[in-house]
Amino acid sequence: MRPFTYERAASARDAAAKAAATPGARFIAGGTNLLDLMKLEIETPTHLIDVNGLGMDKIEPIDGGGLRIGALVRNTDLAADARVRKSYGVLTRALVAGASGQLRNKATTAGNLLQRTRCPYFYDVNMPCNKRKPGSGCAAIGGFSRQLAVIGTSDACIATHPSDMAVAMRVLDASVETIRPDGTTRAIPIADFHLLPGSTPQKETALDKGEMIISVALPKPRGGTHIYRKVRDRASYAFALVSVAAVINRDGTGAVALGGMAHKPWRVEEADALLPKGSKAVAERLLAGATPREDNAFKLTLAQRTIASVIAEAKA
Amino acid sequence: MKFDTPAGTNPIDRMRVVGQPTARIDGPLKVSGKAPYAYEHHDVPGKPAYGYVVGAAIAKGAIRSIDTAQAERAPGVITVVTHRNAGKLGKGRMNTANLLGGPRVEHYHQAIAVVVAETFEQARAAAAMIDVDYARDGGTFDLAAAKTGAAEQGGENAPTAVGDFEGAFASAPVKLDATYTTPDQSHSMMEPHATIAQWDGDGVTVWTSNQMVAWGKKELAATLQIAPEKVRLVSPYIGGGFGGKLFLRSDVVMASLASRAAKRPVKVALQRPLIPNNTTHRPATIQRIRVGCSRDGKITAIGHESWSGNLPDGDLETATMQTKLLYAGPNRMTAMRLAVLDLPEGNAMRAPGEAPGLMALEIAMDEMAEKLGMDPVKFRVINDTQVDPEKPDRPFSQRNLVRCLEDGAKRFGWSRRKAPGQTRDGRWLVGMGVAAAFRNNLNQKSAARVRLNASGQVTVETDMTDIGTGSYTIIAQTAAEMLGVPLAKVSVKLGDSAFPAAAGSGGQWGANSSTAGVYAACVKLREQVVQSLGFGQGEATFENGTVRVGNRSADLAQAAKAGELIAEDAMEYGDLAKKFQQSTFGGHFVEVGVDRYTGEVRVRRMLAVCAAGRILNPTSARSQVIGAMTMGVGGALMEELAVDKRFGFFVNHDLAGYEVPVHMDIPHQEVVFLDEADDKVSPMKAKGVGELGLCGVGAAVANAIYNATGVRIRDYPITLDKHLDKLGDVA
Ligand SMILES: Cc1cc2nc3c(=O)[nH]c(=O)nc-3n(C[C@H](O)[C@H](O)[C@H](O)COP(=O)(O)OP(=O)(O)OC[C@H]3O[C@@H](n4cnc5c(N)ncnc54)[C@H](O)[C@@H]3O)c2cc1C
Ligand code: SF4
Repeated sequence: MRPFTYERAASARDAAAKAAATPGARFIAGGTNLLDLMKLEIETPTHLIDVNGLGMDKIEPIDGGGLRIGALVRNTDLAADARVRKSYGVLTRALVAGASGQLRNKATTAGNLLQRTRCPYFYDVNMPCNKRKPGSGCAAIGGFSRQLAVIGTSDACIATHPSDMAVAMRVLDASVETIRPDGTTRAIPIADFHLLPGSTPQKETALDKGEMIISVALPKPRGGTHIYRKVRDRASYAFALVSVAAVINRDGTGAVALGGMAHKPWRVEEADALLPKGSKAVAERLLAGATPREDNAFKLTLAQRTIASVIAEAKA
Repeated sequence: MKFDTPAGTNPIDRMRVVGQPTARIDGPLKVSGKAPYAYEHHDVPGKPAYGYVVGAAIAKGAIRSIDTAQAERAPGVITVVTHRNAGKLGKGRMNTANLLGGPRVEHYHQAIAVVVAETFEQARAAAAMIDVDYARDGGTFDLAAAKTGAAEQGGENAPTAVGDFEGAFASAPVKLDATYTTPDQSHSMMEPHATIAQWDGDGVTVWTSNQMVAWGKKELAATLQIAPEKVRLVSPYIGGGFGGKLFLRSDVVMASLASRAAKRPVKVALQRPLIPNNTTHRPATIQRIRVGCSRDGKITAIGHESWSGNLPDGDLETATMQTKLLYAGPNRMTAMRLAVLDLPEGNAMRAPGEAPGLMALEIAMDEMAEKLGMDPVKFRVINDTQVDPEKPDRPFSQRNLVRCLEDGAKRFGWSRRKAPGQTRDGRWLVGMGVAAAFRNNLNQKSAARVRLNASGQVTVETDMTDIGTGSYTIIAQTAAEMLGVPLAKVSVKLGDSAFPAAAGSGGQWGANSSTAGVYAACVKLREQVVQSLGFGQGEATFENGTVRVGNRSADLAQAAKAGELIAEDAMEYGDLAKKFQQSTFGGHFVEVGVDRYTGEVRVRRMLAVCAAGRILNPTSARSQVIGAMTMGVGGALMEELAVDKRFGFFVNHDLAGYEVPVHMDIPHQEVVFLDEADDKVSPMKAKGVGELGLCGVGAAVANAIYNATGVRIRDYPITLDKHLDKLGDVA
């Protein structure tokens, strides 16, 4: 870990301004991802701006329906919120499928969206990795890539985004609300928030320099049966091989997004429309143009079968 | 004391303390944080500095240059030790690769430097500033590709042959010829390898975490090129080892070198991501098994071959050993071949040999039973043997495999098992599997010292280790039984090379061997007590804190009134293990569910029935077995070090990437011990049990999966991707 300086921001606006003005600055929320990466010198910020204690830890109703989730709401609290459990069950289920109780107590909404990939080569500083060290190459391509992406990949990077929460937010059409260094705010649809790797895998989100997440807005409850199905090698405390977030209505229509498949939560709206036709039609559309490797091609089959499982569960 | 004839009746047979379910006497210390582990000794004189180990970034080659200047100037840094300034080092007999690499690099993450600083954070930060220029060599990293060049070994690992295997196999009416693979695995014990080292003149003391104190002492002396008397090794509490701490590892050497250079105590813990490549691992195997049977299910030919790899001069994984002994059959062969690989060093892990060997053999038995149309329990039962099948005039000392299997089948509800793919529970395909468990019993010479003081307090001292197994407790139970005192009157001091050399913890030899050593010392102490009390000849009875000979009796404490009595002895073994094959047996039963959609496998319940001689403490023995069963589930379903065949290293080298079972993976375990006492193994009449609990579990899981799905997987771990596309269409 490199030495760094630390300060507590006075306000969200102050935090964003300072982040833009201070070279090497990063926000720190729960620290469950950033600190691990700093210890391994995968992240080497020289200044940390603590965004805890700015009142961004509340969940509030939005006029006209919907919920606004503060950026600092802990994963545990978000999962347990009665309104979330009642009307956005897929989000609760996704959250509790992630990490462990201890981690969820610290992990925040913004931090969870911004957690970095679990590609094992990203974690080993001896290995080439375009995401960690742009231009150094990608050790995962041609290497051990069982966990990695099968769609939306590039020649530069085949990493996945590991969040469970984000997959549920994608199916709920959430939007990420931010404040910029000049004090202006904007809302970024979750679909546009995470980027595909392209030739710049180090750039992972639509956030600009200094831009800070202040909240996530959930639209009006959409009803339906909410399911989050996370498939992994052990029963708990593991990242997804494939996960499916789905909201399915009684008539078989609905929406579905996948985790563990791509550099971002993977949803294709046209595939949603095929839900009444069954998992194969959905998977075919969702996964058109997939570029799997030998050791992760199974994810395509697994995704289809997991969607089938979810559809069956919704019907039952 | 020498054990060379079967044990007669002795004080242990009373089983008033020994054999009683007893909570660990070290438990309260552990749960209250008062049991100091290696990194936590706060009684080390002087303020320890912190060492941080740097691992090589390449698998094979040489360090062209190593620039430590920036690190040396970094805040708090005291010194940096590399091959350039470490002085001449030797190598322990049991180490394959050097524990300090450079200029030659023998494997990925081989230690090449230790940075010493005032704080851990400073040492870690400076370690990242070391700039190394490597000359990378090509290497061999793929066992399957290197298999053709693999060579047979001599001695104990030489091929064996009895009868005419090839002929009998060729003419067998029912036969199986199948190949199985097991992957490289990492011990993944909770406590990382850690050491505090301190020099005093030309002698060094290391507080460390090591299963084998006497070995460690000798090997450290050999590495540092000093006399063994100049080394003291202290290892009273160990947070798991599983074979990963049998040998001297880089934490000890780097802490010692760092302390010598810094002229201060230095503490080093290997960082978790370094451990899988820096330390040892269980080598992968490729195993071919051929079994030929008559139509009535009698094995006529059995052959087991195994290939594994290791660094030059390393050892092979002895995966065929159990096949020499487990089942009858007149025509048999085994062969093991070793390929040279440039992956990190392979060595003992969790029942080396039998664990991966049975993962293959016991699937083969399941496959064969199916070919014969025979119940797999019955197939094993009719091929039982009471003698060493390679040397039929050599009986087993005690062998109750059949009872384990038949008892287990009854308890588990085995008769409810249906044909493959026939049992459903909602979305789950449900199956049951069985496997035999087999692990040899090994005895090692083991010494102890027992003291009795004037207040009647007994103290046992031995360099035996407790790696979480319960050694403290069974040793106390042994001394209490021998001297007729309650457990509270016994204190046990372990894990210090200043104490008599014990068997140490490995190969499931620790419990029986170390308590037998304590038995020997107690026999001597009893003689001293009788003498001190002036009771003369006659049989002495020690019970309820008193000593009786004929009609004379006295308080035990009385004997030490004039001064502490101290007795020291060792138990050594004659040739009973040559005359009688000494092994432990069991039956593992597993029920799994396989998700019809996703192929996920979840264990639903497990049962182990074990025949392992006298069970010294059913509480700790059960803990051992359920832990081992859990490891078996890990090996069956998830544990695999992923090899990068281009860069030559294990990629998933942390506990996020290398998965072991979590609580939710292990819903229900039951353990039954048969009531045994084996008089041929030691006066304790006990055998090892810990590793037995693992042997066969993997195959029982694999067989249960097959029974659930009808899809046979022969490559471990059985992750869902291996059978997903064969589970039938789901819409
Ligand atoms: C062992 C382990 C297992 C895990 N398993 C799972 C799992 O199964 N599923 C899963 O989804 N996740 C898992 N996680 C990841 C976990 O969810 C994340 O670590 C956590 O959500 C990150 O939140 P945080 O608040 O601690 O973020 P931090 O570590 O504080 O920050 C993460 C990133 O977000 C940035 N950031 C934080 N707040 C803001 C803000 N308001 N605006 C802009 N940028 C900000 C930081 O600068 C940093 O780059 C696991 C983590 C661990 C350590
Ligand atoms: S897949 Fe992406 S994160 Fe992984 S090594 Fe390649 S560039 Fe790095």
